[in-house]
Amino acid sequence: MPQRIRAIVITGNGTNCEMEMAHACKLARFDEVEIVHISELLHGTKQLDDYHFLNLPGGFLDGDDLGSAKAGANRILHAAVAGREERLYDQFARFIAAGKLILGVCNGFQLLVKLGMLPGLDGHYDRQTVTLTFNDSGRFEDRWVYLRVDPGSPCIFTKGLYGLYLPVRHGEGKFVTLDEKILERLHREGLIAVQYSDENCREATLEYPANPNGAVDGIAGICNETGRIFGLMPHPEAYLHRTNHPRWTREELPEEGMGLALFRNAAAFLRSANF
Amino acid sequence: MANRIEIGFRQGIRDALGEKIKKRIVGHLRIHVDSVRTVEVYTIDGDLTPGELEKAARGPLSDPVIQEFAIDRGMACGFDWLIEVGFRPGVTDNVGKTAAEAIAILTGKPVRVYTSRQYVIGGIRDRCALDLLTRADAERIASELLANELIQRCEIIDGRTWDPAQGMKPHVPRVMGEDRPRTEEIDLDCPDEALIRISQERVLALSIEEMRILRDYLKNETVLARRKEVGLGARITDAELECLAQTWSEHCKHKIFNARIAYDDGEGHTREIDSLFDTCIKRSTREIRERMGAGDWCLSVFSDNAGIIRFNDDWNLVFKVETHNSPSALDPYGGALTGIVGVNRDPFGCGKGAKLIFNTDVFCFAPPDYAKPLPKRILHPRRIYEGVREGVEHGGNKSGIPTVNGCLVFDERYLGKPLVYCGTGGIMPARLNGAPTHTKEILPGDLVVMTGGRIGKDGIHGATFSSEELHEGSPVTAVQIGDPITQKKMTDFLLVARDRGLYRTITDNGAGGLSSSVGETARLSGGCELDLKKSPLKYPGLNPWEILISESQERMTLAVTPEKIDGFLSLARKMDVEATVLGHYTDSGWFHIRYGEETVVLIEMSFLHDGLPQMSLRAAWTPPHHAEPDFSEPDDLGGAMKEMLSRLNICSKESVVRQYDHEVQGGSVVKPLTGVVNDGPSDAAVIRPLLDSFEGFVVANGICPRYSDIDAYHMAACAIDEAVRNAIAVGAPLNRLAGLDNFCWCDPVRSEKTPDGEYKLAQLVRANMALYDVTTTYGVPCISGKDSMKNDYQIGAVRISIPPTLLFSTLGRMEDVRKAVTMDVKKAGDLVYVLGKTFRELGGSEWYALRGAVGNSVPKVHAKTAKALYEALHRAIRAGLVASCHDCSDGGLGVTLAETAFAGGLGLEVNLRDIPAEGIGRNDELLFSESQSRFVVTVSPGSREAFEAFLAGCTFARIGTVIPEGVLRIDGLGGQRIIKEDISALKAAWQKPLAF
Repeated sequence: MPQRIRAIVITGNGTNCEMEMAHACKLARFDEVEIVHISELLHGTKQLDDYHFLNLPGGFLDGDDLGSAKAGANRILHAAVAGREERLYDQFARFIAAGKLILGVCNGFQLLVKLGMLPGLDGHYDRQTVTLTFNDSGRFEDRWVYLRVDPGSPCIFTKGLYGLYLPVRHGEGKFVTLDEKILERLHREGLIAVQYSDENCREATLEYPANPNGAVDGIAGICNETGRIFGLMPHPEAYLHRTNHPRWTREELPEEGMGLALFRNAAAFLRSANF
Repeated sequence: MANRIEIGFRQGIRDALGEKIKKRIVGHLRIHVDSVRTVEVYTIDGDLTPGELEKAARGPLSDPVIQEFAIDRGMACGFDWLIEVGFRPGVTDNVGKTAAEAIAILTGKPVRVYTSRQYVIGGIRDRCALDLLTRADAERIASELLANELIQRCEIIDGRTWDPAQGMKPHVPRVMGEDRPRTEEIDLDCPDEALIRISQERVLALSIEEMRILRDYLKNETVLARRKEVGLGARITDAELECLAQTWSEHCKHKIFNARIAYDDGEGHTREIDSLFDTCIKRSTREIRERMGAGDWCLSVFSDNAGIIRFNDDWNLVFKVETHNSPSALDPYGGALTGIVGVNRDPFGCGKGAKLIFNTDVFCFAPPDYAKPLPKRILHPRRIYEGVREGVEHGGNKSGIPTVNGCLVFDERYLGKPLVYCGTGGIMPARLNGAPTHTKEILPGDLVVMTGGRIGKDGIHGATFSSEELHEGSPVTAVQIGDPITQKKMTDFLLVARDRGLYRTITDNGAGGLSSSVGETARLSGGCELDLKKSPLKYPGLNPWEILISESQERMTLAVTPEKIDGFLSLARKMDVEATVLGHYTDSGWFHIRYGEETVVLIEMSFLHDGLPQMSLRAAWTPPHHAEPDFSEPDDLGGAMKEMLSRLNICSKESVVRQYDHEVQGGSVVKPLTGVVNDGPSDAAVIRPLLDSFEGFVVANGICPRYSDIDAYHMAACAIDEAVRNAIAVGAPLNRLAGLDNFCWCDPVRSEKTPDGEYKLAQLVRANMALYDVTTTYGVPCISGKDSMKNDYQIGAVRISIPPTLLFSTLGRMEDVRKAVTMDVKKAGDLVYVLGKTFRELGGSEWYALRGAVGNSVPKVHAKTAKALYEALHRAIRAGLVASCHDCSDGGLGVTLAETAFAGGLGLEVNLRDIPAEGIGRNDELLFSESQSRFVVTVSPGSREAFEAFLAGCTFARIGTVIPEGVLRIDGLGGQRIIKEDISALKAAWQKPLAF
């Protein structure tokens, strides 16, 4: 009897992609998909422990006023959960320790990075070692990009995928590491699951606009060492149907959008796992 | 005690904002600078220990990977000039607010945080080590680029006197002033001159006739007796006067649109028009709805904050477009940001409330390369352009609402007032808890609840200020800065409250603030009683009248039944949104406002809303005559084509489009940019609002102000046609299109300042006649609209008036979005068709404008013929026979052919002799005439017969084919090849002008 799998999509304080993220989970046949306002977590009426797949959607947490997702990360790290002797962060830590899946897209990726959960080297999930900063262009941009997928990455979400074509929609997506050593480790351990690339999804690129923000080594998304936490700047939930593709009126495309594969991989993994 | 935390980037980390500013200093101001770095400054007014300060700096305020911080010392070093820009007291500081919240979570201590930013500038060092960057340069950079003195203060520091160990002293821009709220009484029993002075000095924008009505009202015995009971006398209170001025403002009451007008048509006939709004706009909608009969899909028109139409049995669509012109002239960023988050609240506060699903924005500016001296108080058009663009970017993107399309229009006459049209659509369930959602109801006893942001002095006199021209004394407080996140939190909360049935009615606080939101909704019950003292304030020191009319943003007013109030307030608390009961609705017939126990306003509801008599105006039409341009057909038509593609009104707007999120919410189907490399200009947006369905809707706009120079009748007709044909081009059916009219005019009331008021009013009359004629023929009902009538600038002898401008927007339902068509050519070998007839209509065209001429042959809409074409084309699109479809607008057929080709990355070979035309003997005129209701369509050869059969009876012709080589080849009327241009060169010309 396969396990019933439950997805939670967190919203509130400026998150704005929760609807399509939840829709992706539904299309990937999660048994339960719930959009939960963060106030429900902070008031203790819902808790992360009850779910298997945590979605952190895009948006502008607190307006990204202190830098993208900074104020949002501060809330998760320091705000207490009403009626419990814990911070929201403690629920995140338990969720990770249980080996469950976390996907952060755009602002959700920024949040994971600023919490220190990505790359989470050596199991330290509260130490920030990389960041996502202002695009080299100095502006927000909405454009579609090609992504190369690293076949050797432990990332659960990108298993079996060759390349992706998805939109980016951000002003702060330039990936930077604290130092060269960290960058080198990300490469060596296969944590760089997706990179901005040429249109054949073969070679990572530094060239604008294929690399839309100047990210170091074209890094578009990274995972932790178990591959169960994954964050990326491009939006897989924005390409769930062929009519989302910018050239659907001129190209032969499959009915299903490319972004859905990530959610299907998550569902398949969770169904075969034991918690 | 106050402390400063400064945050800067580490050495070697790119400072993208600094780079952008440097580019502008060099490129726009033409001042040599070597480097610009930025430092974010948080001035913390609170009681933090050194340890807590460091924790805050290290934690939420800085990013340890790329930034470093300094506490109570200077971060910057080794510069020539440092410019610090911060807000003036009372100006919305969104970042400061977020920082204060973050610090409170971190330390448990309440603090106030004020932000500012330093621009640290290094000059070029030459061999002589001269001071190449002077204080005067720094002052210019500060005033012309970095700071807007209306809302910001700036400090300039000379690098030679800088001591980083000392840094700058904390400056706390707290709102100072005594907190002794008081209500003043004003004696209106005085001569006319004194009445006029009262109106002017208080920015009431009330005319002498209106002031006299107030004077006489206060002599009515019954009124006086009732006033006496609550402690008021024969003098009017400041709160009453302000409240009436807001309610009676042109902005709120649309006095001109409702006026009785004697219209002289210039041919010896004079007609009486009893309200343009009733006789043209509402009448058209009424007649169309009668024709639709049982199939009528309009649900709520002209009565609520936005128009509501049926989407399907379960869902309704809502749409509203507004302008925010005057504030955007003074502070482009704040004005435009407030414009977009302001119009968001209209659909949101419509019926029972709608979830917001798209924005569409249209801006009219003076050219960004404007090089003449600027009149007083006017910002450079480039600054307006960038500020407005950014304001709408932050307002739209941060609210999570896709900006699905829009356009930019350039004309020097928008120098005095730019036009900033912001539109928003929403979707609402057709029924909730068993009741329809598109109506409003309030019963006596329902509580008046205000929710969202707090009240400050910002936005005081917005409604009256926009009801007059921009002048020397235009109030600074009318400028405000929106806060999209506070609004998002509020809308998240209210959608939950709506679905749980926790309130009865919702409306927004926009122009006129509480006086308007409560004043309007109180009509549903018949009165209200409020206590302003209960209102949450941003800072103390507001007088009752200020609380009543403040336009502070992000507020909704709700009617909540007493039995639901606990549930409503507790949900608000849980979701961290402020909500306050201010009073209750009554059926007393009085608008009764107290401050604590003291009554500050007591006005009869009937007087407040109906006490204003109809205005009587005169309009006189005399057709203008312009010189016909005298030039012969140019030899190099390929060069002419490129010149046309580089016109500001034609060229690519990609740099702006990309900075708006047009895909959030996941339902994007036809995006603003399309084609083989995603950069061709789409005609309209197609959206799928329900992700598990293929039903969708189309959003399009039409605007062509230049035609007003010849005849505003045709300007309006063409704007409507453009909005309709854009929607048709992507696949919308004509019989499911709804329209929105948005008039921006220059003052059409004859006065000393406006001697040609009768002509301008005649233009307005003619535009409305066109609206009636074209919308009724098409069967496209207007469901909502707006007007802004005082788009003039007057300081000293300089008067700048905008060209009369109508923005027409359409919203149409599409049964299946998979039938949508885009404008790019698809395959070599496809056949190229032109649909619709080309006339010699170059008056007001871009082709004439290129030669500095206007001409007289303005394009005309042949609505009956066009209707048949639109219906036939739609059937062909539905049958899947159309590979690409692009409408012809600015720049005519020539521009449309070029865009169609380069968007698809393929060439075209076409022959002008095959184009259906009348009265044209020149190639340039055929290429660039702006005749309406035309399309360029490509069709695969296999679909030729079926397509032509669908179009039978319409004017159309096959004019060529799509070719694999990337070349546009056009043969002229004489049979010779007149254009042979690489599509890459055409595209480059089209992309260049606004690629900054």
